[in-house]
Amino acid sequence: MFDTSMQPGTFLFEAWQARFSLLSGLGVTMGSSVLTIIIATILGTLFGVALAYGWWWLRALVRLYVDMLRGIPVLVLILFTYYGLALFGINVPAFWAGVIALSAFATAHVAENLRGAVQSVPAGQMEAAKAIGLRFGQRLRYVIIPQAFRRMLPPWVNTGLEVVKGTTLLSVIGVVELLLSTQQVVARNYLIVDFYLLATVMYLAINLVIAQLGALLERRFSYLRY
Amino acid sequence: MIDYHFDWGVISRNADNLVNALLLGLGLAVVSLVIGCVIGLVAAYARVSGRLWLSAPVRAYVEFIRCTPLLLLIFFVYFGLPEFDITYLDKTESFILTLSLYAGAYMSEVFRAGLASIPKQYVEAAKAIGLRPWQRQRYVVLPVMFRITLPSVSNNLISLFKDTSLAAAIAIPELTFTARQINANTFRVMEVWLTASAMYLVTCYIIATLLRLIERRYASIR
Repeated sequence: MFDTSMQPGTFLFEAWQARFSLLSGLGVTMGSSVLTIIIATILGTLFGVALAYGWWWLRALVRLYVDMLRGIPVLVLILFTYYGLALFGINVPAFWAGVIALSAFATAHVAENLRGAVQSVPAGQMEAAKAIGLRFGQRLRYVIIPQAFRRMLPPWVNTGLEVVKGTTLLSVIGVVELLLSTQQVVARNYLIVDFYLLATVMYLAINLVIAQLGALLERRFSYLRY
Repeated sequence: MIDYHFDWGVISRNADNLVNALLLGLGLAVVSLVIGCVIGLVAAYARVSGRLWLSAPVRAYVEFIRCTPLLLLIFFVYFGLPEFDITYLDKTESFILTLSLYAGAYMSEVFRAGLASIPKQYVEAAKAIGLRPWQRQRYVVLPVMFRITLPSVSNNLISLFKDTSLAAAIAIPELTFTARQINANTFRVMEVWLTASAMYLVTCYIIATLLRLIERRYASIR
């Protein structure tokens, strides 16, 4: 299987031939993951704060959104977004349809995690912050979020892993990310096991790095204890 | 959207197909969960055995599954096994194999936590009344562990059910695949995907409610 002679048909030769497709696939995977994580973190934070402190109708609305998105498979979200956006006259490339769908999914998860983390901060903290005259934004910014941060970190990193894994689903709507570029390479040279193994190793590498970074951050912020 | 006219006839004409597809997905999830529980239980015991040669491979297995996209695993098993002359699995069986291995990793973590949370006194008490090692597990540890882990098991069933949507990628006619086919044939985009989403949502909700009832019935006495 692992012939090192660099002849056509050997893994090393074919991998070298396919290096640009695979690297661009890897780039698309990373790009869509990073975009999704950024969007989901921003929206998820807003939604999470709304879930924890919103007016009742806002809470109900966001709760409905979160529960719905958590009950629908990501693949269905992606296909729905991909085919559905065109109906609204919005012609976005498959890449963006995928990023929107993944972000919608990840936003729900981040929001729910943030709500949990924020509500785990003892109520006395909020009251004390009120008592010293901080406004709502300041109470969140200086008192609640820093304390909730550490509890938010592990599920946030998990969501990140889910997003990276979820980008493989973009292959279904024709986004040439790592999985689809691997499939295209395999379709040319039939080195099925070798190239799927290569893709597996790349995903493992990305995710292990994210997990390690998460653990590092957790240690870094371990002083935030209450 | 302004000019979109809903035509739900597409859905009622395909209602049988959609329901069968949903049931197929549910079946795939349940079968995978059962096999996954067996794998997970064995793996969890290996993990808490305290022997490195048993626990290290299990840790590697769990980390591997947790960090690898399910869709990649599905393709790997489906297209890769024939390369090793394993050709007797059809696509449904190969999907069940993949999803079971996937579920096994998650279940092993659930059961490991469950085993770890059982008070030592239970085992000591079982020893004191003269139960043999396997009897201690069978009559004391496992029943308590299952009750403790029931909520996590039901969460896993729900996510496995959602994961069966990936079977569409290897053309197993479950709900996502069927919805996509109807979508391609009729181009009633909104009707098809709203229906599919609602069917997934309602099913997840029903599973969650049923399992919560079971949880209450077997609420752990601690």
